[in-house]
Amino acid sequence: MNLAYSAEYERFRAEVRAFLAEHWRDDGTDTADPGSIAAAMGAVVRTDAKASEFRRLAAARGYLYRSIPKRYGGGEQPPDPLKAVIIAEEFRRAKAPFELMAQGPSMLVPTLLEHGTEAQKARFVEATLLGHVKWCQGYSEPGAGSDLAALKTRGVLEGDHWVVTGQKIWTSSAHEAQWMFALVRTEPDAPKHDGITYMLIDMQTPGIEVRPLRQMTGEADFNEVFLDNVRVPADSIVGKRGQGWQVSRSTLKHERALIGNASMIRRTFDGVLLLAQLTEVRGQPAIKDPVIRDRLADLEAQLLAAEYNSHRLLTASARGEDPGLAGLVIKLHSSTLQYHVTKLAMDIMGDRSMLAPGEATAPFSGMMTTAFMWYYGLALGGGAPNIQRNVIGERGLGLPRDQRK
Amino acid sequence: MDFGLSEDQVLFKDSLRRFLDAECPATRVRAVMEGPDGHDRRLWGQLAQMGVTGLMVPPEHGGAGLELLDLALAAEELGRSATPGPFLAVAMATAALLESGNAEAQKRWLSGIASGKQVVTFALGEGIGEWDAARVATRATGGKLSGEKPVVPYAGVADAILVAAQDTDGPALYLVERGAPGLAVSALSGLDMTRRTDRVVFVDTPATKVASGRRAIDRARDVGLVLLAADAYGGSRRCLDMTVQYALTREQFGQVIGAFQGVKHQLADLATDLEPALSLWWYAAHAYDHIPDRSERHAALAKALFADLYDRAIRTAIELHGGIGFTWEFDLHLWFRRAMFDRAYLGESRYHRARAAELAGW
Repeated sequence: MNLAYSAEYERFRAEVRAFLAEHWRDDGTDTADPGSIAAAMGAVVRTDAKASEFRRLAAARGYLYRSIPKRYGGGEQPPDPLKAVIIAEEFRRAKAPFELMAQGPSMLVPTLLEHGTEAQKARFVEATLLGHVKWCQGYSEPGAGSDLAALKTRGVLEGDHWVVTGQKIWTSSAHEAQWMFALVRTEPDAPKHDGITYMLIDMQTPGIEVRPLRQMTGEADFNEVFLDNVRVPADSIVGKRGQGWQVSRSTLKHERALIGNASMIRRTFDGVLLLAQLTEVRGQPAIKDPVIRDRLADLEAQLLAAEYNSHRLLTASARGEDPGLAGLVIKLHSSTLQYHVTKLAMDIMGDRSMLAPGEATAPFSGMMTTAFMWYYGLALGGGAPNIQRNVIGERGLGLPRDQRK
Repeated sequence: MDFGLSEDQVLFKDSLRRFLDAECPATRVRAVMEGPDGHDRRLWGQLAQMGVTGLMVPPEHGGAGLELLDLALAAEELGRSATPGPFLAVAMATAALLESGNAEAQKRWLSGIASGKQVVTFALGEGIGEWDAARVATRATGGKLSGEKPVVPYAGVADAILVAAQDTDGPALYLVERGAPGLAVSALSGLDMTRRTDRVVFVDTPATKVASGRRAIDRARDVGLVLLAADAYGGSRRCLDMTVQYALTREQFGQVIGAFQGVKHQLADLATDLEPALSLWWYAAHAYDHIPDRSERHAALAKALFADLYDRAIRTAIELHGGIGFTWEFDLHLWFRRAMFDRAYLGESRYHRARAAELAGW
C-alpha cells in the first residue's frame, strides 16, 4: 500500500492544471436553474455551447471520456485509474465542465460502443458526449418494474419500419430528451428474455406523448411516455432483433457504477456536519449533543470505508483484478449510507424538518430535506434494494436463484 | 498511489491461512480453550517460526521489521480461525517497547518476543471503561507500583507486564517481571475462552520505568484497536462464509434455504456492510506507520465500526443456522466469544466514537 502519488503523476497533475488554467475560466455564466441539483453541481453538468466546446477540447487532450476512441469524440487513453482520479480532482477544483453523467453518456454510449453499428456510433456517440443530443431510457413499464423482462410495449415490423405501441414509466428527462433508447417486445412467441429488441426512438416521431410525473419532492424530473403506433426506421435497432435483453445488460452495469458515489455522500455529510455546528437545539449547538456526535462519528466511519473502498476498487482495476463482491455492493452500501446521513440532518433540524424545501425559514432552505427525499430516488433508480440484494446474494455469494418465471 | 496489498502480503496471508486451516481447526481451538491457561506453546512456537510473533520487531532483534498492516493481516487470519493465544497482548507490548525508545528494554525483551520464547503483555484499563492513560490510578513511587488492573490479557503466562501508571511526572510506562514481590495475578473466567484475561494487583511491586509520558501507551492502544478491528473482520467474514455454506446445503420446505429471499437478503446485507469496511482497517493500519495525524482517529473509528459489525455478523449467523447455532457442539459460539471480546476490550464503540468526535475538533 502506498498512498502517495509518484513524481510521474505529480507531473501529470501539473499538466492538467496548466490546461485548465489556459482553457477554463469560471465566469458565472452557469445556466442551471438556481436551487436545482444541476446548480448544486455547478459547471460540471453545463451543456451550453461554451461548456460543449471545452469538453471537446478536453476530450481531444485525453482528459475526458478516456475509454472512448478519438474517432467518436473520446480521449482514447490506456486505462489508468490514478490519472482518472487526478483529472476528476483538478476539474472539480477548477469548477470546469466534467464528463456528463446523464443517461446518454453513461449508459447509451457504452452500449453503442459494444453493440452499435458504425453508422450509429458515428451519428450519436460524440454528439451525446458533448451534450448536443439528450437521451432518456425507455425500460420500465407499469407492469414491468423489478421484473423488467416482463415488458409489454410491442414492436411490429411493417415494411422498413417498426410500429411501436405501449407505455413506459419513470422515464427521467423524457420531457427534454431528443431521443429514447428503449426495450421493445418484437418476438411475442419467444421466451420472455429472448423476445426483446433494443431500439433508438426519435422523440419527435408522431404518436409519442410525454406526461410529467411528479416525484415526492414535488419536482417533475421524470415522466410517463405513451407510444401509439410510433414508426421507427428498421435500422434503428442496436444489436440483433430479439437480443435486446443481452444488449441492455451493459447499460445496467454502467448504471450501477454511476449511482454508487462516495464523493457525493461526502458532500452531503460535510453539509450535515455544518448543520450540526450551526443549529442551536435547546440552548446548545446540536454538535455538542453526545448522541449526535456518536451518530456523526459512526456515519463518518462508514463513509470513510466507502471512500477507501473506491480507492481499493481503482487499484484492483489498475491491476486488472476482478473486484468481485466489493464492486457489487457499492450501490446498496452508498444509498443506505445516504439515507442515514440525511436522516441525521432531519433529526438535527428537529421541528424545522417539518418545513418544505424552499421555505425561507427552513435551515439551508430545506436542501437537506430534499436530499433526504432523494435517498428514495437513489435507492430505487437502477434496481430496487431487494433486486440489489438478489444480485449480491446470487452473483456475489453464490446463493441459488429463487423460483422465478 | 496503490490501495492494495503487496504480493508478499498476499502470499503471507495465504500461507498463514493454509497453516491455520491445517493446524488450528476448531478441534484444536476447543482443546486449548479447555486447557489450563489458554496458551498452546507448540502452536505459539509454530506461529513464531512463521514470523507471526516478530512481524513488527526490527531485524536486529530477530524480527521482520514490517508494519502494522502486516500484523493486522495476521490478526485477520487468526480471527478467522478463532486462534487462541496471546497474539494481541504481545503485539501491544511490542508496540509499546518500540515506541518507548528505550534501547535497554528493547534489547532485553524483543528478541524473546520474536522467537516466541517470551510473552510480554500490556496493562492499561482500570475501573469500568477507563482506557485513558491520563486517568489511570495505578501509581509508581520510588520504583514500586501499587494499583489494580482488572482485565489484562494473558498476564498469567506473561514473563513481563508493561503497565500504564502515574508517577510524579504524569503518565508513564513501567515494566514488571514475572514473580515480582507484591504481584498478584488471578485468572478470570472469561466469556472468550480463546483469549484469556487475568486480574492483576500490584502492592509495592518493584518495577522498571520504560518510558515517560503517554505516547508509548497511546501507540500500543492504537495497535490494539486496529488489531481488534482486523480480528473482527476476519471473524465476521468467517461467520458470513459459514452461513453461506450452510444456506447452500440445508434444505427446508423442499429447497436449500439460501434460495429463500429472506435468507439471501440478510446475507447480502451483511456482505454489503462488511466488504467495503475492510478498507477502513487497511487504511487505519497504514496510517499508523505513514500518516501520523490520522492514525489515532482512524484506529478509534475502525475499532468502533468493527465491534458493531462483528456483533451483527454473529447474530445473523446464529439466527440463520437455527437451533444448531445455539448448541455447544456446533462451532459458531467460538466466534460469538471472540466478538464479545473484540467489542469490549480497550473500550466500547460509543467511547471510541466520542474520542473520534473530540479528535476531529467537533
